[in-house]
Amino acid sequence: MSVTTTDAAADPAEPAKTPPEAYLTIRGLWKSFGDFIALRDISLSVAQGEFICFLGPSGCGKTTLLRAIAGLDPQSRGTIIQGGRDVSVLPASARDYGIVFQSYALFPNLTVERNVAFGLENTGVPRAKVTARVAELLELVGLPEQAQKYPAQLSGGQQQRIALARAIAIGPGLLLLDEPLSALDAKVRVHLRHEIKELQRKLGVTTIMVTHDQEEALSMADRIVVMNHGGIEQIGTPTEIYRHPATLFVADFIGETNRVSATLRGGKVALGKAELRAETDLPEGTGVTVAVRPEDILPHAGGHEAAGENRLAVTIADMEFLGSYWRVHLSGEALEGVPLVANFSMNAVRRLRLSVGRAITVELPADRVLLFPESRK
Amino acid sequence: MSVTGAETLPPGREPRIRLDRDGIVKRLFMGIIALYLLVALALPLYAMLSKSFVTYRFDLTAYEFQVSDEDRVFGEPVSAADLNEELQVFTDQQLHSSSDGRLTAVDLFPEFNFRSKVLYRMRGTKEHAPWLVGLDPQDTTEWQEYDSNTFRRINLRPVASVGVQNYRAYFSNPSLVSSIENSLFIATISTVITVLAAFGFAYALSRTCMRFKSTFRLIAMMPILVPSLLPGIALIYLFGNQGMLKNLLFGHSIYGPLGIVIGSVFFTFPHAMIIITTALSISDQRQYEAAESLRASAWRTFWTVTVPSARYGLISAAFVVFTLVITDFGLPKVIGGQYNVLAIDIYKQVIGQQNFEMGAVVSVVLLVPAVLAFIVDRQVQKKQVSLLSARSVPFQPRPNPRKDRLALLWCLIVAVFIAGIIAVCQFAALIKFWPYDLSLSLKNYAFDRMDGGGWAAYRNSIRLALLTAGIGTTIIFIGAYMVEKIDGFRTGRALFQFLAMLPMAVPGMVLGLAYIFFFNDPANPLNPIYGTMTILVVSTVTHFYTVGHLTALTALKQIDAEFEPVAASLGQPFWRLFARVTVPVCLPAVLDISIYMFVNAMTTVSAVVFLYSTHTALASVAVLNMDDAGFIASAAAMGMMIFYTNAAARALHALASRRVLRRTQAWRAR
Repeated sequence: MSVTTTDAAADPAEPAKTPPEAYLTIRGLWKSFGDFIALRDISLSVAQGEFICFLGPSGCGKTTLLRAIAGLDPQSRGTIIQGGRDVSVLPASARDYGIVFQSYALFPNLTVERNVAFGLENTGVPRAKVTARVAELLELVGLPEQAQKYPAQLSGGQQQRIALARAIAIGPGLLLLDEPLSALDAKVRVHLRHEIKELQRKLGVTTIMVTHDQEEALSMADRIVVMNHGGIEQIGTPTEIYRHPATLFVADFIGETNRVSATLRGGKVALGKAELRAETDLPEGTGVTVAVRPEDILPHAGGHEAAGENRLAVTIADMEFLGSYWRVHLSGEALEGVPLVANFSMNAVRRLRLSVGRAITVELPADRVLLFPESRK
Repeated sequence: MSVTGAETLPPGREPRIRLDRDGIVKRLFMGIIALYLLVALALPLYAMLSKSFVTYRFDLTAYEFQVSDEDRVFGEPVSAADLNEELQVFTDQQLHSSSDGRLTAVDLFPEFNFRSKVLYRMRGTKEHAPWLVGLDPQDTTEWQEYDSNTFRRINLRPVASVGVQNYRAYFSNPSLVSSIENSLFIATISTVITVLAAFGFAYALSRTCMRFKSTFRLIAMMPILVPSLLPGIALIYLFGNQGMLKNLLFGHSIYGPLGIVIGSVFFTFPHAMIIITTALSISDQRQYEAAESLRASAWRTFWTVTVPSARYGLISAAFVVFTLVITDFGLPKVIGGQYNVLAIDIYKQVIGQQNFEMGAVVSVVLLVPAVLAFIVDRQVQKKQVSLLSARSVPFQPRPNPRKDRLALLWCLIVAVFIAGIIAVCQFAALIKFWPYDLSLSLKNYAFDRMDGGGWAAYRNSIRLALLTAGIGTTIIFIGAYMVEKIDGFRTGRALFQFLAMLPMAVPGMVLGLAYIFFFNDPANPLNPIYGTMTILVVSTVTHFYTVGHLTALTALKQIDAEFEPVAASLGQPFWRLFARVTVPVCLPAVLDISIYMFVNAMTTVSAVVFLYSTHTALASVAVLNMDDAGFIASAAAMGMMIFYTNAAARALHALASRRVLRRTQAWRAR
């Protein structure tokens, strides 16, 4: 979880500006497998050179969308325009992209060099040029020594980079990455995340990556497309998505939230006995779900006396040490049994001498109290 | 927000992805191979099926005759039916005929003399009333006039009608119907014995620490290398009228069900053994550990863990053996004596009596158990796969002196039986004249001095085997690739898959007979291949198509399905991927298919026995024919030639596989 303190919330949530020139435009895309609707009314545009992540739980349709863009699983309705060309009904071979699959799909019987050269051979490019280009690519992905090895002789991370080199060898207009990091172990994954992002920036190639890992999406993407049940929940920059989730699903899926149902009365919602002010345009009387992120809850020293706007008197019921921060379970009369979880930094815990059983005051800043209209079931 | 609801697609049309060059070429290839299967399998079978419903009968009411006196004054016209009514020349039985039937017209005229000056006139009174003048076919309602000398050469021809009369005739003929019972009887007995014996053997190989496992495995595979009728010859030498061990039978005759069953156990043993060994080898060590921790007795563990986990293998083996036995023709031919079975009936009806329609009926009857067994087997195979889990721990047998000794004993018995049969054949081939002159000689190998095709037949067999292996493997592998790696086109693929699975359900005899009906029809543009090596290759490739197809599919399914999309995204045509990646990676499977085709082409009798001509006699058929002609020793010698050849081919295959693996599969090693 990326730990943001409220003070750092300075960066203004930039409104999603329409990209200057859309390289890829998807309009009204639907996909059905029999009776099952896998994609519903997807519209989206991607700017030249942008790094986009499709993020969502498994089965949300993100891979289906990627495969539709690649022409591997054609859409049932809608259009795809890439580089000003309608590619909706073009076969995969006539589209312009490089792709890296989760399995890498490296040809096992060809050496690394021949794998990377596969798309360059038989295209009229002279042999010497192919060799030079392959060497350049291997240099680019940092594996110049491995040219003569077979894929099975490489580590997972190395194979991944070879697959990437093979995909960009032909200089595609679009790079598609289908969960490229999920088969790797955690350390390698973090390292490669950075490398792929660097490489993408250097090449300036428009890139779409599918992932179910929010951390991956938040750290790599220029913009994230959050998907659920075959539809788009929200499109936005990582900070937008995180700080201003458009839906409860997004708030829940990315980061953590404390949730409670309430009704909006006079610009305030009830949390137990306490009343919280929230910044919202929702009409009076709306039934809402109140969501507050654990790291947005601020601890204040000084027992229960400190009353004030959006302040609650609570007792620390339990504390879990999670390395870089503490997870603190709060209880208290004011909460009326509603559980509240807060993440306090090590420093705060030390400074305020927090321990289990202590009575403290916490603040839930009004701009961090997120309200979502209750969905009528 | 958007929750799963009753949303439906907006109105509109499903867009169709434009076909690229790859898509077109793949569909083209699949179409060609599907066309091959259609022509080489579906159409002949259809021809046979429709033939079985065709009845030929002489329609005497359709002819009218006029006879003149010596002064050439014609009398009243009289119909053939009335003549027959009056004279009772032809019985109703005789009027039933086959497509080749002829009825001599003069038989209706007792006073006929070919030297007389009497003239004859005849005509048809119905639209279809064919007759022959010599070889010249006639079919007209105009009066035709013939002198006596010509009239003697007139034959009436039967007319065809469609119906179930053939089937009615078949089922009302007790000697034919008894064949069904006989076939089921020997197939059932053989199945029970073979599956039990093979289970013991497979159990010993996979579940004990017995010694000499690889030797036993090698011996158990030997029957695959010889024609199914070879054990029949060995049994004649052992238990026949002049057999070495004849007294062991206490007066029973080896000719008949006894010989067929013993021989069937011999030639079906390896098939059952392979299937059951596979089933036993996928068991999970953890189940045994669980049983042990629950203190189950060895006996209880055997019945609650071992047998249930191998049950699909046992069922599958039983159906395979059953089908092999019931469709086998060579063995009952050699050692069946007077004991008729379905496969023999087809042969007798077609070769002996030239009654093709009745042959077709028997074929359809034989097709029923074969197709049923095939369907059940496919269902079971599907379940077998789901038993495998990636996390299973392979079973490691532990030494158990008593169990291991018992296993060794059982394997020894089986090995002696199998090796003994082969040894007897070898002995028979080398003895000058059993049982009178026991000196060794090679004279039985002088095939050119015997009927049956001689050494040319052997050379033809080699040619057939090489062609079948080469062409068959190519067609099968390409077909499997197209059906596995094509995008979309679901109906076409399902149809192709059906055609590719069909040969397994069709007995060789049935296929061979179907080919006669289809390719021997002068109206068929493919008629010229009848009687050539081509039709032998086509029939053999088709007959053994399914196993090769399944082998290829298994290998192809193990390849990453994303190779094709990657190649497409790199702008490379699929055939480059096919040549540079798919084929090299699948080379072991390709070699397996080719040796399978080779060995089977060398040993097969059933389909080709209807299709060979004097120029294309085959070694396996020669074994049959020499045995038929009484040259049993030479038949054994030719059988042994097939054995040497197949053994050599297998050894070569093993060697080649190892070299190819080392050279092209270097990537497998880390």
